[in-house]
Amino acid sequence: MKFPDLHATLFWVLASATALSAISVVLTQNIVRSAVWLLFSLAGTAGIFFLVGADFVAATQLIVYVGGTLVLVIFGVMLTAQGPFISMKTSAAEWAFSVVAGLVFLGVLLVTVTQGKWVGHFAAVSPAESTSAVALGESLLGIADATPPAQLIGTAAPDQPLPRTRMSYLLPFEIVSVHLLVVLIGAAYLARAKRRRGAAA
Amino acid sequence: MPSLGLLIAIVATILCLTFVAVSAIFFIWLERKVAGRIQDRLGPTRVGGRFGWLQTIADGIKLLVKEDIIPANADHFLFRLGPYIAFCGAFLAFVALPFGNGIVAVNMNVAVFYMLAVMSTEVFGVILAGYGSGSKWSLFGAMREAAQVVSYEVPMAICVIVPIIVAGSMNLVTIGQQQGGCFVNWQMFHDPFSFLAFWTYFTCAVASCKRAPFDLAEAESELVAGFHTEYSGLRWSFFFMAEYGAMFAVSGIAILLFAGGWHTGFLPFDPSVALKGELGSVTVGETNPWVIDFGWLLGNLINVIVFILKGWVLVFVMMWVRWTLPRLRIDQVMMACIKYLLPISCALLLGVSLWQLALASFEWLHYFSWALGGLCFFAVLGVAWKLFTTDQPPPDTGMGALLQQGGPLMAELAKK
Amino acid sequence: MTPITLNHYLALGAVLFVCGVLCMATKRNAIGVLMGVELVLNGANINFVAFAYYLRDPQGNAVFLVEGQVFALFVIVLAAAEAAIALAIVLNFYNNHLTVDVDTAEELKG
Repeated sequence: MKFPDLHATLFWVLASATALSAISVVLTQNIVRSAVWLLFSLAGTAGIFFLVGADFVAATQLIVYVGGTLVLVIFGVMLTAQGPFISMKTSAAEWAFSVVAGLVFLGVLLVTVTQGKWVGHFAAVSPAESTSAVALGESLLGIADATPPAQLIGTAAPDQPLPRTRMSYLLPFEIVSVHLLVVLIGAAYLARAKRRRGAAA
Repeated sequence: MPSLGLLIAIVATILCLTFVAVSAIFFIWLERKVAGRIQDRLGPTRVGGRFGWLQTIADGIKLLVKEDIIPANADHFLFRLGPYIAFCGAFLAFVALPFGNGIVAVNMNVAVFYMLAVMSTEVFGVILAGYGSGSKWSLFGAMREAAQVVSYEVPMAICVIVPIIVAGSMNLVTIGQQQGGCFVNWQMFHDPFSFLAFWTYFTCAVASCKRAPFDLAEAESELVAGFHTEYSGLRWSFFFMAEYGAMFAVSGIAILLFAGGWHTGFLPFDPSVALKGELGSVTVGETNPWVIDFGWLLGNLINVIVFILKGWVLVFVMMWVRWTLPRLRIDQVMMACIKYLLPISCALLLGVSLWQLALASFEWLHYFSWALGGLCFFAVLGVAWKLFTTDQPPPDTGMGALLQQGGPLMAELAKK
Repeated sequence: MTPITLNHYLALGAVLFVCGVLCMATKRNAIGVLMGVELVLNGANINFVAFAYYLRDPQGNAVFLVEGQVFALFVIVLAAAEAAIALAIVLNFYNNHLTVDVDTAEELKG
């Protein structure tokens, strides 16, 4: 096992950066700095995606989240930030309660994670050989053969493996496209300059 | 073998970093020279070196020793962070940019998409710099930059999809390999839509690098210096390195996607393939032998030089445009994107898809690339012919004319 | 160093998820709440992609290679849509109340 060393190092670096940035998002009071920590957290997540061979998802994460959504968020902050509102204080009691509740929640999740028995094998995929983009594209085009032929695991009768149903995702893709169009119109409608409001009222 | 992988990664990083820094030095000198020539003056000559090439070095030393000022109003953390994020965004794009046949730091399956994605994070550094400076000029520059870059990303990405549809891959090495041989094999000449997509892409790329005539984020006549008003010294130079790095990166994408990548367009073979195994090789390592083929190396050296020269030509065009065209207004910039470039790019996308379908049934469409390529070749030849055969001296409006008119006057003065 | 398993990725996802929930609970700025939502969605995304990578059948085929990544893609796209709408609402709210403090949004209280 020579390759996993590099993988493990990269994982620890990226994971600690991502997690620490996420914690900083919560702890920072200044909303713009929060957004910066969110940037690092999202970029770290993209790095994690690259690490597990999902390069197309990682690039999408960067271009949509970091280049689009986060810029939009910062834009919103700049438009709505007026001196005193940039940092809105949360009271100590609220903090204490949230932290306790959050730690309990984290504990429950971690116990669930460690109790789960996943049947998993490790396989390294180098970015050049990763064909996830091709498989994704074919699957979104409605080609069911794009999903790999595999057998279901963790079924009730492990000695009689079942072939999995091969799916394609053309319909969800179209629905998401229409959804985005609706959102485009909706956001433009909501955020438009209201000139008639004063005259009507 | 992790140690070898790590070593290769470090070497590749250092090479990319060196290339970005050195080309920034060269581009700053070139920018001054181009600006000088276009404005009918000489550009830097005084500092030394042939054609004043030491000017940038002198500038660099000046920037290094300048006082590092952080304004009292600034948000220190964001102010410091801004330049680094901008530079990282531009630099990370080079990780997936192939300079030759297989000469790439990471041969990525989604290289084009990755490069666009990473370069889109550069805008974040500019916004943070503008916000963190605590100055209204910077903030205006940052807001303009955010609106402009996010808008221009859309037609740029759609134009990039056009050659990807033709090539059937997002791997830049594969796309480059497909365009070998005669220059009519370049994607640009494949069909009329790709040809138009090249120019549309280049326009959007100029805008996304915030270069004139789209440099609204700096707009020194309105906003002092835009987002980097408050920056000085080394931090300011990081923004410059980011800008020149991004210029070469978008030019590199354009070259690889549309203009033949590392191929000269005249050699019928790829030198790195043709010379492979011809000049002997050396094997390094015992357990994991690593063959160094000198022929392949020499061939790829030619490839890299051709690729970098092509990239420089596009960067030169960007400078030429900058010093020729006046700056647009912000509403004109947004209108150009949303009303013109976006519909044009969508139409090109639709057109190239239909063309690919039509290729299957109409065999003669394959000859289109010869017609378009030949036409462009003769057009370029014609322009060059005109340039070199016009014996009319260039219009003498500058110092020369002044001296000519002043000549008799001086003579008279001397007589007295 | 122990080899990295699926559980490591799931733990990272859990940390991001909890941070997001905490962010939604403690921030009074509407845009801060929005950031919490983004963190939660990212935590879920890490789980999707990690499962797509690790979950293999006894023959070594990735069982849900495409599913995990397709779901992650859809989550990213829908998160962008959600952010656009949420910001439009926040801007509207700001126009009416001159603040983005979520505690002042109590007009619909019965």
